[in-house]
Amino acid sequence: MARINDVGGTEGFGAIDTTDDAEPFHADWEARVVGLYNALRAQGIFNTNEFRDAIESMPPVEYLSASYYERWFTAICALLERKGVLEPGELGD
Amino acid sequence: MSGDHSDGAVARRVRRLETLLEEKGLLTGGELDETIDAFLSGASPASGARVVARAWTDPAYKARLLADGTAAVRELGFMEGAYQRLRVVENTETTHNVIVCTLCSCYPLRLLGPSPSWYKSEAYRSRVVREPRAVLAEFGLRLPDDTDITVWDSSAETRYMVLPRRPEGTETLTEEELAGLVTRYALIGTAAVQAVTTPAPSRSVPRPGRAAPPASPSPAPARSTD
Repeated sequence: MARINDVGGTEGFGAIDTTDDAEPFHADWEARVVGLYNALRAQGIFNTNEFRDAIESMPPVEYLSASYYERWFTAICALLERKGVLEPGELGD
Repeated sequence: MSGDHSDGAVARRVRRLETLLEEKGLLTGGELDETIDAFLSGASPASGARVVARAWTDPAYKARLLADGTAAVRELGFMEGAYQRLRVVENTETTHNVIVCTLCSCYPLRLLGPSPSWYKSEAYRSRVVREPRAVLAEFGLRLPDDTDITVWDSSAETRYMVLPRRPEGTETLTEEELAGLVTRYALIGTAAVQAVTTPAPSRSVPRPGRAAPPASPSPAPARSTD
């Protein structure tokens, strides 16, 4: 079954904001999330495929309401819990 | 996208996770800054533009580039495709190419720099494969009806870059000057290369945290800012 990320060809997403945003990050925390991803992957705590899977298995409503790097952060937290690095709930809300 | 409120909340959670990982000995101070610098270092559309300018001026290089993109960009010192294959697709008088990643955001980062937000948006990912001509028109690129359009869907294994058409009237330009004409939109396939770069008001964009320009043809959706 297709997951929520598999949007190719689907309708209803509206107009494209064609803005040329040259800045790679819109907030400092987005850069920190990319740093976390690179550091944890380099340590072998998770690999790229596990990371992609963690994003793509987000519940549809959560996936669609999250910004791009919020998805990254959600996936990192889920993987850290799955790998036993974090206890469930340890990060808090 | 998130508004300022939830943006502050996620920023706090990211900071808290950093602290937790430092306490567990999984991160050291300054480590993230190094990985962020490494991520951005050398990742720029200027690299892709150099590849294009070389292909425009050196037919043998162009042939190698189209045959094996990964190896040809490495000749110029670029490492796109260290983990993936790079395929370069050529625009001609009768064919136009555009790239997308319908599943997520796969993109030739080293050659094009971090991708624009729209490349990662559901709107672009869902629509460009269904109605590419209409999508390209939204970008201001109106192609003749008899131009064939090919949409390349990137994957974990294969990344794509467009080799745009060399504009007329550029015969006397140097390779470096030619590279200066090539934009990342042209490397994605959502723009053509213009012989002279002219500022396009609807494309020029404020830095984060500032309002969209009043000349903008359609109001931009709310964007998270710091």
